[in-house]
Parts: sequence; C-alpha cells; structure tokens
Amino acid sequence: MDPIQSLIKELAVKHGRKRESLLPVLQGVVEQERYLSEHSMIEIARELDLPAAEVYGTATFYSFLEHRKMGRFIIRICKTISCSMKGKNQVLLAIQDMLKISTGETTPDGRFSLVETNCLGLCHKAPAMLINEEVYTDLTPEKVREILSDYMKK
Amino acid sequence: MTDYRMNILVCGGTGCRSSEGATLYDELVSLLADKGLEKEIQVVSTGCFGFCEKGPVVKILPDNTFYVQVQAADAREIIEEHIIKGRKVEHLLYTAPETGKKVSDSKHMDFYKKQVRIALRNCGFINPENIDEYVAREGYAAMAKCLGEMTPEQVIKEIKKAGLRGRGGAGFPTGTKWELTRKSEADQKYVVCNADEGDPGAFMDRSILEGDPHSVIEAMSICGYCIGADKGLVYIRAEYPLAIKRLKIALEQARNYGLLGENVLDTGFNFDIELRYGAGAFVCGEETALIHSMEGKRGEPTFKPPFPAEKGYLGKPTNVNNVETYANIPPIINKGSKWFSGIGTEKSKGTKVFALAGKINNVGLIEVPMGTTLREVIYDIGGGIKGGKEFKAVQTGGPSGGCLTKNFLDTPIDYESLTEAGSMMGSGGMIVMDEDDCMVSIAKFYLEFTLDESCGKCNPCRIGNKRLWEILDKISKGNGTKEDLNRLKLLSNVVKDASLCGLGQTSPNPILSTMDNFWDEYLAHVEDKRCPAGQCKAMMQYVIDPNKCTGCTLCSRICPVAAIEGERKKPHEIDPEKCIKCGACMEKCKFEAISVA
Ligand SMILES: Cc1cc2nc3c(=O)[nH]c(=O)nc-3n(C[C@H](O)[C@H](O)[C@H](O)COP(=O)(O)O)c2cc1C
Ligand code: SF4
Ligand code: SF4
Ligand code: SF4
Ligand code: FES
Ligand code: FES
Repeated sequence: MDPIQSLIKELAVKHGRKRESLLPVLQGVVEQERYLSEHSMIEIARELDLPAAEVYGTATFYSFLEHRKMGRFIIRICKTISCSMKGKNQVLLAIQDMLKISTGETTPDGRFSLVETNCLGLCHKAPAMLINEEVYTDLTPEKVREILSDYMKK
Repeated sequence: MTDYRMNILVCGGTGCRSSEGATLYDELVSLLADKGLEKEIQVVSTGCFGFCEKGPVVKILPDNTFYVQVQAADAREIIEEHIIKGRKVEHLLYTAPETGKKVSDSKHMDFYKKQVRIALRNCGFINPENIDEYVAREGYAAMAKCLGEMTPEQVIKEIKKAGLRGRGGAGFPTGTKWELTRKSEADQKYVVCNADEGDPGAFMDRSILEGDPHSVIEAMSICGYCIGADKGLVYIRAEYPLAIKRLKIALEQARNYGLLGENVLDTGFNFDIELRYGAGAFVCGEETALIHSMEGKRGEPTFKPPFPAEKGYLGKPTNVNNVETYANIPPIINKGSKWFSGIGTEKSKGTKVFALAGKINNVGLIEVPMGTTLREVIYDIGGGIKGGKEFKAVQTGGPSGGCLTKNFLDTPIDYESLTEAGSMMGSGGMIVMDEDDCMVSIAKFYLEFTLDESCGKCNPCRIGNKRLWEILDKISKGNGTKEDLNRLKLLSNVVKDASLCGLGQTSPNPILSTMDNFWDEYLAHVEDKRCPAGQCKAMMQYVIDPNKCTGCTLCSRICPVAAIEGERKKPHEIDPEKCIKCGACMEKCKFEAISVA
C-alpha cells in the first residue's frame, strides 16, 4: 500500500464509508497532501465504493479542494469588495512581484501557491489573506513583504 | 470571574488577534506572574468587543476602563500603572472625535450607547474557552428550564410569541419552523446550524462563534428537544479556524459537564453535535445546498418544496437555522417572550447584529434594536464616513441586497422597510461607500462574486449573470450604449424570475438598485463616456498641468510604458495612446502636476 492508500484507509476508518463521509475524507487528504491528485481521487472512489466520476464531480465543485498540485504554503488573498476598496490590488502586486508568480500559480520550488478567494469574513480588517490556517489582516505592500520574508525562512 | 479582585479582558477575536492581540495576552499573563499577582488578577481572552476599528481592545473590570489600540509593549504600563497604582493609562483611552475628550468607560462611548446586546451578550465579556464563565452568566439555564419545566410545545409557543425571525436572510418565523419540523413524522430528525457565512462584508456569525460558542450549542439542544431530534450538525466555513477551534473546545466541555450526550441533566434527553466543514463554496449557505454538501454531494440547491423541515438531511426532517438566530434563543427562554417582543418594531422583534465595513470610521460589529435607523447606525454608532468624505451609499444584504442612498438614511431597519426601500436585511453585512466609489463598478463587483459562486445548475443564473456582467463590463470600459441599459434591466428581471435558488433570484438586485438610485451615473458612463467617481480606468485620462509641472523628469523615468515625454525643465506631456493608467506617475510627482480627468 502506498502512503496515499493508507492515508485514505485511515480516513475511511475514522469518518466511515458512507456517502456523507466523502467530504470529510476529501478534506482529510487535502489537509495532508495539500491537493487531490487523480490517484487520490481514484483511491477514494475505490475505498468508499463510489464511481470515480462522482468523486471527481464532488471534489471539483469546492474551491478549497484543490485538484492541482499546491505549494507548502497556500496564500489565499481576498478579492471581494471590502478588500478591493481598501487596496488589495497593491498588496497582490507586491506578492506577485516578490514570489515572481501570477495568481493561480505555484513557485517552482513548491513552497508558495497564490490564489484569490472570495470574502473571508475579515472585511473590518481589510485587505485580508490566509496563509494555510493563519490569518493576516490590514495588509499593505510593506506588511505583506515582511510576512512573506518570514515564510521564506521557514 | 468574581474570585478575582480585577479582571483584564483582552479581545481574542480574529480581528484583534491578527493585530498583536495574542502576544499582548501572553505579555500580560507573564507580567502578572512576575509581580506575583496571578491569584488576584485574571487575564481573560474574550470574543470580539465589536470595536474592531481600534483593536486590539482591552477592558478592565470592575471599573470598566476601555483601552484601545493596545500593543504588547503597553502591557507593562497597564499592569504597573492601572493595576498596581490604580492610575488609568491616559494615552490608551479612547478619544471621542466630536469633543476630543478621553472616554474611559465604554458605556459612555457613542459606539455603545445605542446598542442593545442580546445575541452578542457574552461576546467580549467571557472567555469562550471556559464553560464556567458561560454558566455563570445564565448559561445552560434556558436548556435546564426547557428540559425540566416545559413541554416542547410550550417552548415552541414561547418562541412564536417572542416573534423571533430567522437572521440568516429570509426572516422566516423561527417558532413556526420548529413547529413544522416537530410535526413532520420520522424515526430520525436533525438540527442544523448554518455557519457558512459568506456574504461579502459579513462576519457576525464568525464573531458569535468565536465569542460565545456555548449559546449556539445550548440553543441547538433546545431545538433538538422541541422537534424531537437527538443529533445536531454545525456546517461551518473552513476559513474560520478560530471559530472552529473554540466550537470544538466548547463541545468537549459541554460533553464533560453532561450538557451534551446521553441523558442530558438526567432528564432522559439525548443530544449531541457534530461539526461539518465547508470547502469554499458560498452557495452552500443556501439550506438545500448545505444539506447536499453535508451528504457528501456537490453543493447544488434543489427546488423547495419539499422544505428541509419535511425532507432534509438524508431525507429526514431537518431544522436549519442561522448562528445568530440560535444565539437569541436562550435569552428568550430565560427572560420570556414578552421581554423580547417588547424590543423592535411591530413585525421585526428583537435586535439585529450588523457587521460594519467599508468607508466608515468605526468598522466592527454592532447589535441594535430593530427599528433603529440607518442614520443612527452609520453616523451615531459608526462615527460617519472616513476622512470626512461624503456618504454615497450603503449596501445591505450582500450580493442579494441593494445599495441605499442618502434618501433612505432615515429608514428604520427591519425586514419589511429594507425590502420596501429596494434592498433587504440579509444576514447583516453593511458596506458603506463614499463619493469615490463608482456605482457601476460596485454592481460589477457583486456580479463577479455571483459568477464565481453560482453553482451552474440552472441556465438563467449561470448564463444570464455572465451576460449581465459583460454588459456592465462594456459600460465600465466606456463602450456602453443606452440600449445596453435597457437590456441590463430586462435581463436582470429574467434572471430574477427564472433562477432556481435564492442566489440567482437575487443576484441582479445590486444592478437594479444602483440603476434605480444612480441612474445619472449610469447615463454619464454611456452618454458622456465619463465615470463621475473617477474609478473606471478606461474612461480616465492622466494629464499633466503645464503650469504646475517643473520638468523634473521623474515621471517620465518611472512610467512603465514610456508614455511621458518632455525636455528637462520644460512641461511634460502624457501620450494617451500609450498610457496604461497605472497611476504611478501621479503618485510620484512631487508638484501635484498630474491629475485624472
Ligand atoms: C445563496 C444563499 C446563501 C445563503 N447563505 C447563508 C449563510 O451563509 N448563512 C445562513 O444562515 N443562511 C444563509 N442563507 C439562508 C439559508 O438558506 C436559510 O434560509 C437560513 O439558514 C435559515 O435560517 P434562519 O431561518 O435562522 O435564518 C443563504 C441563502 C442563499 C439563497
Ligand atoms: S440560481 Fe444559480 S446558484 Fe442557484 S441553483 Fe441556479 S445556478 Fe445554482
Ligand atoms: S514628475 Fe511632475 S513635475 Fe516632474 S516632470 Fe513629471 S509632471 Fe512634471
Ligand atoms: S499613468 Fe502610468 S502609464 Fe500612464 S503616463 Fe502615468 S506612469 Fe505612464
Ligand atoms: S471582502 Fe475581503 S474579507 Fe470580506
Ligand atoms: S476583534 Fe477585537 S474588537 Fe472585534
């Protein structure tokens, strides 16, 4: 059994093999692997006894269930109205400039992925972003450069 | 809390934590320990105080001193001056903008004066990670009363009499919903809490779960008792890590205290709650989509009826309520329906929590009685518009709502009045806009959101919204015609009428309301090819004023596309053909010679 297969087995034991276990299992794989590969989806289908197309159809519906390979740190910057009104574009440009990637891309060393997302419910502290589970608010180009420099050392 | 001589409440809401609140807490705790005061003075990490604008916020009890913008470096001064010597730290007190005077007691701040806190009663008062503090403030008393002294019918009757309506948007009477679910016969039923909050500008539910998770747990148990369910599910956005953490802690503590699980409080009532996580799909906030998502399927809405009360999760009767709706239940039981229905207006009882965001001085979280006017919220509580600018509009109801102008400032906030005014209550996000915001761009923004979040199941929403967006885009690029405005209106109505779920049925509202209220602005875009707010890039022209330009050449050196020409010490000129309107030159010119026309 490869590591993915054993992870999926473990998750199936924890969450069950019913249809309603699918999302928790998918989320469990993403938590570990950062994304769902074709291999993972096929294995999940096998483990939960579902058609692979159903697994794919469900997984691709949700924007947090990435199905492209993602970096170790996923930067999700809010692009919705409050953040845009408060200078999100400059922050985004600063990130892109620093990491040398565009939105939707991953750095060649596999460390950072940059995605835009909709409102994170942090509009009172706009502009806001998440890096994995960490919340960063009141961003400015300077602040975001500082934050990213810290991550680059990790 | 009463075991201590003094309590230092530090805001532990996401807003304040992300700006140093967490280190501040640690610093206070370790300083107290250094001074040997940890047995007398307690540091409590609470939920959001609401005044996030000036966070991190610290409040000292019993004297109610309210400190704002406290940094970790200020911890020593608070301890040495205030706690030990009893002298307030003046420079950390809030300065009232109108009088310029320092205000020490939060009760005297305009921000709090008009607020009435029911759903937020514990936010900013208790440590949400400690069940004892919740219990000390009447926590689980309502549940005990229901299980011990009331029949489910009596509880439902009380909630109906209170007149509580759903806070998730639609405003359906909560007691009636519980009654319907109770009457649906089945071997298994479910209680669901909708914590998928995703409206742009909304963070009420997050703050309640972060600040007072037990109130939601208690209310869900009461609901379970009423409808005859032994299982509850909270569907919460994965983007809310702190709320998830606190909810998990609260569930664990409630189980340990015998307030959840088998045979609750020895009454023979069984009830437990499970968490389910969203995965970044706004439409899953719609109740049928939410149920499909919990079933492990794509989160696509289905036609109602059947309503969840008849056929919900796994085909069983399911009661779905919003976080804030639940948070109102325990006080209604404790204080009675009469007390609750005494607050608010004729058809909208109680209070509503709003999240203030955008161009307003006091961004944050507030709770006001229904019937409070928009003006009171924006000016008295919100402190008016940032930077002394002119108020232009307030968007309520998120992507389903509308923009209300100056003319509506005296509208009392309740379900009916807001709908009549052309917007809606929605879940409680309020985004304030000033004179610099272009209403065409705002409408386009909301449409972009809808396009991203439409599930794509039905054509009017999937295709119609795309076409609407394209028309708006054309207008904002200066290529729109008057005919486009007609098409915009026509198509908006088709999308509204023909879409399957609430998302599509309301998505054109931001367009229709901005057209109604800002028709001139639309006309300026299509007829004069002009954006009055100066936001639509395609219609802007950067120009250099030859009288102000000193010919320093700075701008021509930084222009990324070499659009600026001119000789040294002579006025420069911008070639509009080449200019990409990046704004860099204007920002850099030291002589304010460059402006947008
Ligand atoms: C597109 C869409 C998104 C919604 N999002 C939410 C949400 O995030 N939270 C919520 O409580 N209700 C949301 N609702 C409303 C729910 O469908 C449902 O009416 C509500 O959860 C019922 O609870 P209440 O009666 O307590 O308000 C949404 C509705 C639609 C159409
Ligand atoms: S209206 Fe939009 S979100 Fe709702 S079902 Fe149709 S496509 Fe999906
Ligand atoms: S920076 Fe200003 S003053 Fe200098 S050349 Fe450009 S417009 Fe003229
Ligand atoms: S706005 Fe940008 S592109 Fe246009 S002239 Fe100025 S610097 Fe050059
Ligand atoms: S709009 Fe960016 S967090 Fe809400
Ligand atoms: S998060 Fe601290 S006051 Fe709102």
